[in-house]
Amino acid sequence: MQPDLWELYEQMLYSRQFEETVERLWKEGLISGEMHLGLGEEAIAAGVNAHLQEGDALALDHRGTPPLLMRGVDPVLILKELLGQQDGLCSGKGGHMHLFSKEYLAASSGIVGASGPAAAGFALAARYLRPGSLSVAYFGEGAVNQGMLMEALNLASAWSLPVLFVCKDNNYSMSTQSGSVTGGDINERARAFGVTTYEVDGSDVEAVWNIAGKAVNGLRNGTRPAFIRARCVHPEGHFLGYLLLRIVRQPWKEFGRVFLPIFKSLLKRKGATLWKRLEGLNLIVGDIFKEARITASQSMDPLIVTRGKLTAKPHRLAELETRVREKIKQIEIAAIAPAES
Amino acid sequence: MRTMTFESAIEDALGQAMAEDPRIILLGEDARGVCRNLLIRFGKERVLNTPISESAFLGAAVSAAMAGMRPVVEMLIVDFLGVCMDALLNQAAKIETFSGGRWRVPLVVRCGCGGGYGDGGQHEQSLWGWLAHIPGLAVVVPSNPADAGGLMLAALEHESPVIYLEHKLLAENWLDFLGAGGRKTVGYDIPVSGARGLVPDRWKAVPLGKATVLRGGQDLTMVSLGVSVHRCLEAADKLEKHGINASVIDLRSVAPLDKETICEAVATSERLLVVDEDYETFGLSGELAALVLEAGISLHFGRVCTRGTIPYAREQEDQVLPSTARVIKACLDLLDR
Repeated sequence: MQPDLWELYEQMLYSRQFEETVERLWKEGLISGEMHLGLGEEAIAAGVNAHLQEGDALALDHRGTPPLLMRGVDPVLILKELLGQQDGLCSGKGGHMHLFSKEYLAASSGIVGASGPAAAGFALAARYLRPGSLSVAYFGEGAVNQGMLMEALNLASAWSLPVLFVCKDNNYSMSTQSGSVTGGDINERARAFGVTTYEVDGSDVEAVWNIAGKAVNGLRNGTRPAFIRARCVHPEGHFLGYLLLRIVRQPWKEFGRVFLPIFKSLLKRKGATLWKRLEGLNLIVGDIFKEARITASQSMDPLIVTRGKLTAKPHRLAELETRVREKIKQIEIAAIAPAES
Repeated sequence: MRTMTFESAIEDALGQAMAEDPRIILLGEDARGVCRNLLIRFGKERVLNTPISESAFLGAAVSAAMAGMRPVVEMLIVDFLGVCMDALLNQAAKIETFSGGRWRVPLVVRCGCGGGYGDGGQHEQSLWGWLAHIPGLAVVVPSNPADAGGLMLAALEHESPVIYLEHKLLAENWLDFLGAGGRKTVGYDIPVSGARGLVPDRWKAVPLGKATVLRGGQDLTMVSLGVSVHRCLEAADKLEKHGINASVIDLRSVAPLDKETICEAVATSERLLVVDEDYETFGLSGELAALVLEAGISLHFGRVCTRGTIPYAREQEDQVLPSTARVIKACLDLLDR
């Protein structure tokens, strides 16, 4: 089987444009709290979700919107939920980190690592109630240092549960570089639990589709759980309004709140030597520049990468993009329209 | 006296203590970013970034404290304690008793808490009653910059574990981090005198377990903590215009609890209203009613607390969290009886 790149691109674009709408509404103040988008993760969600069937379950993290959209959950209900409306997907009680769809067996959590045990339980239930079905756990590489995820890998392996663990690896645990707080290799860790592991470039949707297909086939045929590590980049960093990126993009705006206290800390009486203080400052500045460089690079943007493979048919591409744009526009109109009583 | 924000006061008090005691180290997820000013002032050996492994780093902080360090764990938000409760419930809280009083755990766990900015029920809980339920843990909740610094110093001087809760509506950086994200298009009901205020030139410990009477009044006693203290003060001002004199007590510590100050006030007013942003049932509000009754004081009792899981939508959240309007209504109901 070969992937249908047009279909995958359409799914990815649908998710991207939906989340760009969310980003705009968040900036306008119509959506409250934090906002972790799945920008940059679209190829992973599209490549994995393409293999799901009715009865399969999704355990999602705080970036659950792309997999939910691609699973077919009503986008108007999702947008209404993010807008805090009473007739949203979860009656305005959940918000973006806590999206639930019983109909699609999809559950999210804002607690890092929680999708691991959740997927194990979905897979356990599948064994009794929906034989042949599987569950997917989506999480970031920061979650592999969470005990509950490690325990879930072991449980899934010991009980031979049909779980596909999907590790979206952007090398950042919030703002901390994961390499600096992670011992050993992630895939070796998963292998030590007796789980089959795969590595893939998460910006290459065809590669993700191929690997996920192999893993899913294995799971449906009763082999041990699988773990896919897919590398990606979040162009907006940890979440919207991410301070590190604001410092880079509009440094003057953060002068009073960020830079002034830093200068004062360099000079304050009592404390470390000046050399040590400069070393500390260097750590912070280094982090800011590294993050700025990574997020600005578009070489890992799955939309740009995939679109580049479709430009040979410009009319078909234009038609697809117009269709998706129109769809998103209709979703926004429907979500913002006053609720009918 | 100086003027400081709530968060600068905490940082300043921590800095004063760190300069004097090299055993104090800070650790937590993104701690070097969150505590960047202390990282620069004291160097990278004093401020450590951890993996997203609450069980490991909180558990390690407990034993590091037992072995002579004075760790301050930066837990980001109190909700995350759910991931690593064993380290507090079965380890930190038990060691002093289990060792026959020979071994203590001088640990401070800093957590953001509270709601009012639309982040949903997994990131906006208060949970101080849940924590104070466990014997062996001290739990403090400052409501203004002066208490924030003074209680931080007390927590650092204390020889046993202290959970130090910082309400996000008072803490500018937390509110920006988790709420506004640099946006000017959102606004919050921030109590001005809680977010910024006068603090001493040099920090002295505000003793744990000492409540403070912020406002006298014989008709009714409001007992509260954190942001809700300011809702009570606002309510009391409005009630005064209708000839009702309500007193407001800021608990500051949930454990140890200042029974004396509470009982003394309630003995006069015979009416107690607890305004508590933590969950209503099986918590602080019921405990306060019990201790007053145990003291043989008869009273009329009411409470304004968080009912059920905090919903994400701002309008719904406002109905669930204690607000000035809810406090005023509860006061009037209580005076009707």
